[in-house]
Amino acid sequence: MAAWKGLTTNVLSHEPAIYENSFPVEGGTYENAGHVSSQIKALLKGMKISKEVVRRAALVTYESEINICSYARSGKIVLQVTPEHVTIEAIDEGQGIVDIELAMQEGYSTATDRIREMGFGAGMGLCNIKNFSDFFRITSEIGKGTHLKMVIRIDKDFDGI
Amino acid sequence: MTLREIKELLDAEVLVGHDQLDKEIKTAFGADLMSDVLAFAKAGSLLLTGLTNPQVIRTSDVLDIAAIIMVRGKRPSPETLRLAEELLIPVLTTKYILFETAGKLYAKGIVGCMERVDDERAFT
Ligand SMILES: Nc1ncnc2c1ncn2[C@@H]1O[C@H](COP(=O)(O)OP(=O)(O)O)[C@@H](O)[C@H]1O
Ligand SMILES: [Mg+2]
Repeated sequence: MAAWKGLTTNVLSHEPAIYENSFPVEGGTYENAGHVSSQIKALLKGMKISKEVVRRAALVTYESEINICSYARSGKIVLQVTPEHVTIEAIDEGQGIVDIELAMQEGYSTATDRIREMGFGAGMGLCNIKNFSDFFRITSEIGKGTHLKMVIRIDKDFDGI
Repeated sequence: MTLREIKELLDAEVLVGHDQLDKEIKTAFGADLMSDVLAFAKAGSLLLTGLTNPQVIRTSDVLDIAAIIMVRGKRPSPETLRLAEELLIPVLTTKYILFETAGKLYAKGIVGCMERVDDERAFT
């Protein structure tokens, strides 16, 4: 199952990346939750990227990271930066999402009490991610894992073609 | 208002960020749900919350929150404070409840970082 926002073609794969790195995320614990997001945010701040883009990138990374910590066994976040855009992919190994359309709905959540205690689990994470990205794609395989791809434009004129 | 004036107004104790009290604050957001903070809080705002776990600090870092006021006399764990120090985010604690804290700030001209949720989605 897959849901898309923005262009449905994989238009960004041919561009040479100027920066690319992968960060492991531990699943099933909040011990280091948000650590990767802070790291990525600091990295982006050090590049000549507008504050707004940095903030949106940090936000979608954070929501994805929290979801990996909450619902997956393990995962990683892959950051790619080109002059035109920031791409963030959150790839995990875990239970996957049975009904993506349902999971995308504002307010839908299967969060446990433990997650709610931390202040999460309002079912707004995936909607937030979608709202804050220019391109968003989610694919998931039950029992295997979930793959999110978020693209945030740096160059406002960049249309992905 | 500066963070220093806010500290006086709320009779608050500064736990982290003694060196950042000259920061100018114009807007605020209050919630005990980090999901709501992530959806609605805007950069440069003050965060009023009763939550004290390390995720409050992470969330604030991600959103460029100017400072955190922990209400109802809440005191964070050493782990939370360490993270705030590392990420340079001021943390204050006040004995006033959330409603009173917000009211006192509002009376002094601090406004919500958005008025209603159908204003617009917080994109900056
Ligand atoms: N990486 C993931 N793996 C498995 N399930 C997920 C994942 N991300 C989200 N989900 C499912 O989608 C639901 C909605 O996610 P989200 O919008 O982030 O809200 P919340 O995390 O607050 O529940 C979650 O409650 C969970 O059931
Ligand atoms: Mg979530």
